Amino acid sequence: MTPKNPIINIEGLSQFYGDKQVLHDINLYVRKGEFITLLGPSGCGKTTLLRLIAGFLQPTQGRILLDGNDISDVPPYRRPLNTVFQRYALFPHLDVYDNVAFGLKLQKVPEAEIEKRVKKVLKLVSMSDYEDRDVNSLSGGQQQRVAIARALINQPRVLLLDEPLAALDLKMRKDMQIELKEMHKKLGITFIYVTHDQEEALTLSDTIVVMNEGRIQQIGTPIDIYNEPVNAFVADFIGDSNILNGKMFRDRRVAFIKHEFDCVDEGFGENVSVDVVVRPEDIYFTTDPAKCQFTAKVNSCIFKGVHYEMWVDTDTGYELMIQDYDPYPVGSEVMLYIDPDDIQVMKKERRLNSFDARVVAEGRVSFLDTEFECNTEGFAEGDAVRAEVRFDKVDLLDHEEGAALTGNIVAILYKGDHYHLTVKTEDGDHIWVDTNDIWDKGDFVGIRILPEDIKLSIVVSADE
Amino acid sequence: MKVKTFAARVYIWLLLIVLYAPIVFIAIFSFTEAKSLGNWTGFSVQLYQNLFTGSMQNSSGLLSAVQNTLLIALAASAVATVLGTLAAIGIFNMKGRRRRTLTFLNNIPMINPDIITGVSLFLLFVFLHISQGYLTVILAHITFCTPYVVLNVLPKLSQMNPNVYEAALDLGATPAQALWKVLVPALRPGMISGFILSFTMSLDDFAVTFFTRGTIGLDTLSTYIYADARKGGLTPELKPLMTILFLLVLAVLLFINIRQSKNSDKE
Amino acid sequence: MNKRSGWALPYFIFLVLFVVLPLLLIVMYALQDGSGHFTLANLGKFFSDRDSLSTFALSIEVAIENTVLCILIGYPAAYILADKRLNRSAVTVVLFILPMWINALMRTLATAELFTMAGVQLGKGTLLFGMCYDYLPFMIYPIYNQLNKMDKSYAEAAQDLGATPAEVFRKVTLPLSMPGVWSGVMMVFMPTVSTFAISEFLTNNKIKLFGTIIQENINNSMWNYGAALSLVMLVIIAITTVLQREEADES
Repeated sequence: MTPKNPIINIEGLSQFYGDKQVLHDINLYVRKGEFITLLGPSGCGKTTLLRLIAGFLQPTQGRILLDGNDISDVPPYRRPLNTVFQRYALFPHLDVYDNVAFGLKLQKVPEAEIEKRVKKVLKLVSMSDYEDRDVNSLSGGQQQRVAIARALINQPRVLLLDEPLAALDLKMRKDMQIELKEMHKKLGITFIYVTHDQEEALTLSDTIVVMNEGRIQQIGTPIDIYNEPVNAFVADFIGDSNILNGKMFRDRRVAFIKHEFDCVDEGFGENVSVDVVVRPEDIYFTTDPAKCQFTAKVNSCIFKGVHYEMWVDTDTGYELMIQDYDPYPVGSEVMLYIDPDDIQVMKKERRLNSFDARVVAEGRVSFLDTEFECNTEGFAEGDAVRAEVRFDKVDLLDHEEGAALTGNIVAILYKGDHYHLTVKTEDGDHIWVDTNDIWDKGDFVGIRILPEDIKLSIVVSADE
Repeated sequence: MKVKTFAARVYIWLLLIVLYAPIVFIAIFSFTEAKSLGNWTGFSVQLYQNLFTGSMQNSSGLLSAVQNTLLIALAASAVATVLGTLAAIGIFNMKGRRRRTLTFLNNIPMINPDIITGVSLFLLFVFLHISQGYLTVILAHITFCTPYVVLNVLPKLSQMNPNVYEAALDLGATPAQALWKVLVPALRPGMISGFILSFTMSLDDFAVTFFTRGTIGLDTLSTYIYADARKGGLTPELKPLMTILFLLVLAVLLFINIRQSKNSDKE
Repeated sequence: MNKRSGWALPYFIFLVLFVVLPLLLIVMYALQDGSGHFTLANLGKFFSDRDSLSTFALSIEVAIENTVLCILIGYPAAYILADKRLNRSAVTVVLFILPMWINALMRTLATAELFTMAGVQLGKGTLLFGMCYDYLPFMIYPIYNQLNKMDKSYAEAAQDLGATPAEVFRKVTLPLSMPGVWSGVMMVFMPTVSTFAISEFLTNNKIKLFGTIIQENINNSMWNYGAALSLVMLVIIAITTVLQREEADES
């Protein structure tokens, strides 16, 4: 997989803050001249990864190679890499010229050459007439340009950009995206770009690295990532999508929303539970009964600038999002179909909550540092067991009373007829919950599991 | 509403009059030759003349006290500013228990009354057999000044863009260069106000100096006045000295204030 | 945790050496006799000596009275200074702090002299007046700061919800300004208990406060007893600090 001469190669990188692991075994290479984007929600570890590359952090495990040399222990000021910081970090006591010249002055470059290079790089970022300006008097976009110039003037091997456009307004952001892309083409320098904005990532990148919870989820071109997300997280994070529970009957035949469809995916086996992704622009309206695969009733229709976004209730009781250039009136009955090409089938990451548990007494089992009542027939005290709880058998409460443990909702996935929630407990463990109740991300919840819903089994081996 | 505003003004001015009465009193009686305060023997600038020509009894005592006061204040606040700024940067980059511990320790000298600071340091120097003099007084002053520097620099750190230091490293500055070229300029306002506060407190200190100056006859203005007053007669030249000091401080403060209000007008 | 946290190390060592160790020495000396053996005699002496106890009680009494006086006089002043409708100039605030730049002993001597000139007998009354005069700025300033940084919209919201100006003050402004009052109390109460020179000047040595007996003992080489008296003060400081913390947390 690794090309012959990657400019940066990251091997087995893990990072801990105290006991908390923020990066899990990251392996990644960056080709010379590439525009690569680390994409993920806040707290996914993307900025930590960038700071490790820049040298502001030392890796707990693993190493970072630049041109084949391990730079893990090289301090940031000896790395031929430069960073454009979130909120720019311009030096407030220096003017534009001195900010840009900062790196060269430290290298004791002759004054005449510094001046030449500052002029050149300021021209590159279209800030030629601003040399003497106080950086605090510049607009956000102008400060951004100075920050880029300040990094580029040192001719770094790799330019690191940490959410550089996050503080700009929408219009400015779009303009700067185009300029960044052009700059990248013109300079031929490798860019490593961090963002949480999927649209920005799709627009700018040659390669996108999607991250979540300290792990790389998928690496690929923007088109790969959009069209063939490997799991529900990526599908949900990149673009709008309908993510649904489905069942693969056999190769090229899948069922979801209680209908059967042809698809192009193979190799999942027979009668296997899967996740199915259908992009909202890939569900088509038709007036031809022969083409119609299922019918639905439009329940909302909103104009979104270019297209209309409609929510429909299918004849089988699922809710789907559809985007189309033509609106259909609310309340109307419509006929719909999906091309086999547009159905993306993904392996389910999990079907059940499954915990390492221990029988502590008859009728009592302990997992997630908490004791639960359940049927322990067939097991003796002290046995190590596996405790499994179905997603829809976990009750969420909006208070602590009667709850076995508490946590916060960290992710919500709408699956057409229910919500699939990820709850992070106080201790940092995850529980997944299927529910029809509406919660918000960040909500504090009490978690309750009834004794009859905990199923124990013998631990077979380390993993399945 | 009018009545309320008027009453408020009167209240403030009454307080100020009471507050300034002793100072005005000193200033008035600096223009007469009488030894004790409150004894008017006709207008004269003799005391001012004495002060400047040094022709007074025990002139060397008073002058060296003034000199000591300034030297000690300067040395202590300079060291406190460096020590406190570094400490503030350190504390700012700490988390959890370590941060709480250091913040707690930093608060102790501010909570402790002067006499406790003085007695405890006196016992320390006795215990360690350190002979007391300039050095011990300066160390003692650093002890009660540094916490205020830390408190003045910390808010500047939180106002600062957290990445500025790293940006300097990223552009090739060593940690020492980054400190000098980037952090110090950004923290300068906090360092200056910390320095001024330290200087003032050092100037005004009596109790801590009293316990840590030892027996070598080291006097600052405070201990000089105390000894003088206990002996019964204040050196009369103290009156013009205090008057001049007051006018100096008044001028400096007015200057700073006018400059500040000009700056804020500009913005 | 990044490396710059290490920059506090010199100060940490300094604090241990010049703050923690000296305080431990107070405890050590307080619990030793002249030849270094453990004893409770020093503390016992204090608690059985009528003079020391009454001086102590008087000091606490004066300190409480002074603190209350400072709050009563200082709070309205801070309130007026912080109210943009009543005071528009920052210079007025500076005027309140300015006297602190003049040597406190000198000002105290002048105050005492003024009293003598006016024919007022030096005693507890003049002591309280002088103390209040010396410590008033330390009360005004924290309260002023607290009021100044208070979000004005709280008071407006209360008015909007139908509170009269008096109710706004009682139910919103006053509770929100309590942290300022508490730090003012910290800056006035303990220093009052422990002053020595000021009380001597203001009462012509007629009234001794606790600070004076500590000073006399240390100066007469009675270090162990002086340390024991200091220890008593340390305990009071600890108690008031904890109380202040709790009050500040509540409000």
